[in-house]
Order: sequence, then structure tokens, then C-alpha cells
Amino acid sequence: MTTFTVPIDNGDSVKIAEEESQRTLYPYVTGTSIVAIKYKDGVLMASDMGGSYGSTLRYKNIERVKAIGKHSLLGASGEISDFQEILRYLDELTLNDNMWDDGNSLGPKEIHNYLTRVMYNRRNKFNPLWNTLVLGGVKNGKSYLGMVSMIGVSFEDDHVATGFGNHLARPILRDEWHADLSFEDGVKLLEKCMRVLLYRDRSAINKLQIAKITEEGVTVSQPYSLKTFWEFSSFHNPTAGAEGSW
Amino acid sequence: MSQSTVDVSAKGGFSFDLCKRNEMLTQKGLKAPSFLKTGTTIVGLIFKDGVILGADTRATEGPIVADKNCEKIHYMAPNIYCCGAGTAADTEAVTDMVSSQLRLHRYETGRDSRVITALTLLKKHLFSYQGHVSAALVLGGVDITGPHLHTIDPNGLTETLPFATMGSGSLAAMSVFEAKYKEGLTRDEGIKLVAEAICSGIFNDLGSGSNVDICVITKGNKEYLRNYMEPNPRTYVSSKGYSFTKKTEVLLTKITPLLERVEITEVGEAMEE
Repeated sequence: MTTFTVPIDNGDSVKIAEEESQRTLYPYVTGTSIVAIKYKDGVLMASDMGGSYGSTLRYKNIERVKAIGKHSLLGASGEISDFQEILRYLDELTLNDNMWDDGNSLGPKEIHNYLTRVMYNRRNKFNPLWNTLVLGGVKNGKSYLGMVSMIGVSFEDDHVATGFGNHLARPILRDEWHADLSFEDGVKLLEKCMRVLLYRDRSAINKLQIAKITEEGVTVSQPYSLKTFWEFSSFHNPTAGAEGSW
Repeated sequence: MSQSTVDVSAKGGFSFDLCKRNEMLTQKGLKAPSFLKTGTTIVGLIFKDGVILGADTRATEGPIVADKNCEKIHYMAPNIYCCGAGTAADTEAVTDMVSSQLRLHRYETGRDSRVITALTLLKKHLFSYQGHVSAALVLGGVDITGPHLHTIDPNGLTETLPFATMGSGSLAAMSVFEAKYKEGLTRDEGIKLVAEAICSGIFNDLGSGSNVDICVITKGNKEYLRNYMEPNPRTYVSSKGYSFTKKTEVLLTKITPLLERVEITEVGEAMEE
């Protein structure tokens, strides 16, 4: 942390620490929800590719789901720059591992634990990484799916959702998720959730990626759009009978 | 004689006269009494033959459940019903008031009430109170012009929709509607979808709970299905409810007086009437 001195009238100089400007006070470029589920062969994670700058849709090509090592997928909602910082930390971790070169590799449980510690410690210093992270992975045949929030709340579950997904996607997942979903059913379920988010979350865009992780490795799909339906007859002339209504 | 400084507005609408004094009191630390909110999930949808309204039955007072089985679907007219979310007193009062206004109007015109009449009366009232009457309503009915479904915000905004949700559980219920609503649903499909949406609110929102109420309105007919579904029953360990332990045995029937009974005769004259 660098400081700089500023001379003032009475001759003394005051060290104005740059602490204030180094703490995250509010997020600037944000990503919206992530929805993830466990399925038969591993974990599926869906996110859209938008980065909002306040109420503007500034970036439309942000990948918010990244592979970590051989066994994990990390998805993030919230401040994008903090997500990139977290990816750097994890890069250092994996690099250290590779330098040891003993055949060990970090599994999803270890990375989840590491992230929980990092997030919690940052929040204790009042300098949080403004993200809600979703960690999914498969190691030794066991699937793992967990979440860490920006204040360090962390837990594991069969299906998770961040941001608006908490309100819109969780009810659907709680109702329709079951163990041993096939890949197609899993993707259909995620698309159902992402479609509702597209209709009802103002910061969502119709360009999404679905990432899959299994024992074999990670595949991130190409970006694609969902079909939406706007042809309700009541949408054609909604206030025909009720002038003054919307 | 000095003029009174607080005037009751002759024309109705919100009187802002006490706002300054309330502001001063809150700054001095007075906590305003909290309202009984309904913390609700209310929904409506249009199906093939009419309108189906649904609501949960929990009324909350802050973190406490004040009423486990309240009625949130209010009668407006024989062919119009209204679900209410927000402050319970406000929804009750405003729907009652408009319901009686509609009745008088029916006597005067000799015709059945129309949904947009109720809509306009509610909207005008809520707008004139600038959102202080905290009532968010889902109004539905079938009149001579067909089935109608509207939502009314506390500020007075109205929307005309094929399916609508309001209340704290509105997002959970809306996610069900957005995923599953189609046009031209039959009565049974519609009821099933409404019940699903309310259950989604009941189980995923803390402000909603208990049972599901449903009201089906079609041309010339209405069905008020109170407690259509009860997905949160009171469960007892024993199937017979509360059970007492083994038969009680009578050991002794003997009455032992503790004090000697003494007869007191009145002394003195009777009171004059």
C-alpha cells in the first residue's frame, strides 16, 4: 500500500493513506446470476455473458465460468474485476502445485475451502471481493457443488443459484431437480431457469453458455440464445378494454 | 379567534399536514407502530373460460405469524373478486369500500358490474393517497365484455395481463408462471398451475405460508374454493390426535370438608329501592 505526503499550511505534511480508494465499496462492472446443478455424470453450470456497468449493458462477451485445474469449474456473479483477481490467485495455486510435480492436483473441495477462507478473511478486513462464487467439480467419481458468498457464507448443495437466480430459479430447481438427471434433462432444466431469468431479470442477456464438468474434464459450450415466446393474444392489444391501464 | 392550523381536506386524498410533526418525532426517537402486513403470494391467470385467482393464507406482523388462515381473496361483486397484498387493513378497507360502491352502482344502472369499473375506482383511490395506502391488488372477473385480469400497485399503476403475481412471494410464483403458462388452459390445468404457483410462494418465501385459496370465475358462475389445498397440516405423533395415558382409576369417593359450614343470616333492614 503506497502512501503519499501532502504539504499543508502549518508546515506539517499529512500522509494521506490511499486505503479508502483501495477498498471495494461498491461494485462497478457486474455479472448477473449463475445457475448450477449436479447431474448423473457431474455438474452443469449455466451463465449468461453480460457485464453491466450500473444500468448499462457494457460488455456482452464476458465468460463468467472458467475451468480451474482438471477437476473444477468456477462461476462468479458480481464484480468482474474481483473475479479476475480470484482467477489469478487460483492460477498461483495451480502453478505451485505443478511445480511440486508430485501428481497431486487440487480437487473441488480443496478449492472451495480455499475460496471460503479468502472471501471470509477479506470481509473481515472490510475489503470484500464482491462476488458470489459457484464451485463445481468431479474428482475420483464424486461430484461436488458448492457456493461462497462475498461475506464468506459457504455451503454445498445439489443445486445452487446466485443473485436473482435465488428468487427465480431456486423454486423451479427445488421442484424439478432429482438425482441422476441425464445430460439432456439437466440442460433442459437449466434452460428453463435461464429463460425465466431472461424474462424477469433486467440485467440478463440472451446469450448464454453452459459448462459441463465430468470425470473426463471440462467442456464449455459455445454461446447461444434461448427461444422466447411473446405471442400471447393478450399482448397484442393489452388495454383494449381498459383505457388508462398498462 | 386564531385559525386552526390543521385542516381536514374537504376533497379527500392524502392530508400532508401531520408529516412535519411525524418527521420531528421519528428524529427524536419515536418508533412508529408497525403494520400488520400480509407478506403474501397472490396470483391470477386467464384460462379458456374465465379467470382463476389464487392466494396463500398467512398474515405476518414483522417476524411473527399473526393469522395462520386468513382470507386474502376479497369479494367485490358476484362476478369480480380481488386478491390483496400489503397492509392487511388497507387491502380489507379498500376492497370493502369499492365493493359497496359497486353495489350502489349496480342498483343505479340495473346492470352487472364491469371489471374496469372496479379497476378505475380502486386506481383513483390509491393514486390520490400517493402510495400511503399500502395495498397491492390482483383484480379479476368476468363481465359482459369477457374475462379480465388486472394488477394494481399501491401507487395507483394498473396493468392488464394474462397472468400476474403480487406480494413478497411474487418472484417465486412468477417463475412457475413464466415456465409453464400457455394460452387456452382448461379449468383443471389452470387450477393446477395456480396451486403450483402459490405452493412455490408458500415453500420458497418466508412471508407466505399455510394453505392455498382458489377462486374460479367464469361467465355467470363463480367458485370460491377456500383452503383448496392444505400442504402444511398440523401433524401429531399419534393418529388419534392427542391421546391420554392409561385409564384413570377412581380410588376413593369421599368428600372431606375443610371448614365447618356456617349459615349467616342477614341482620339489619333491607335497602330502599
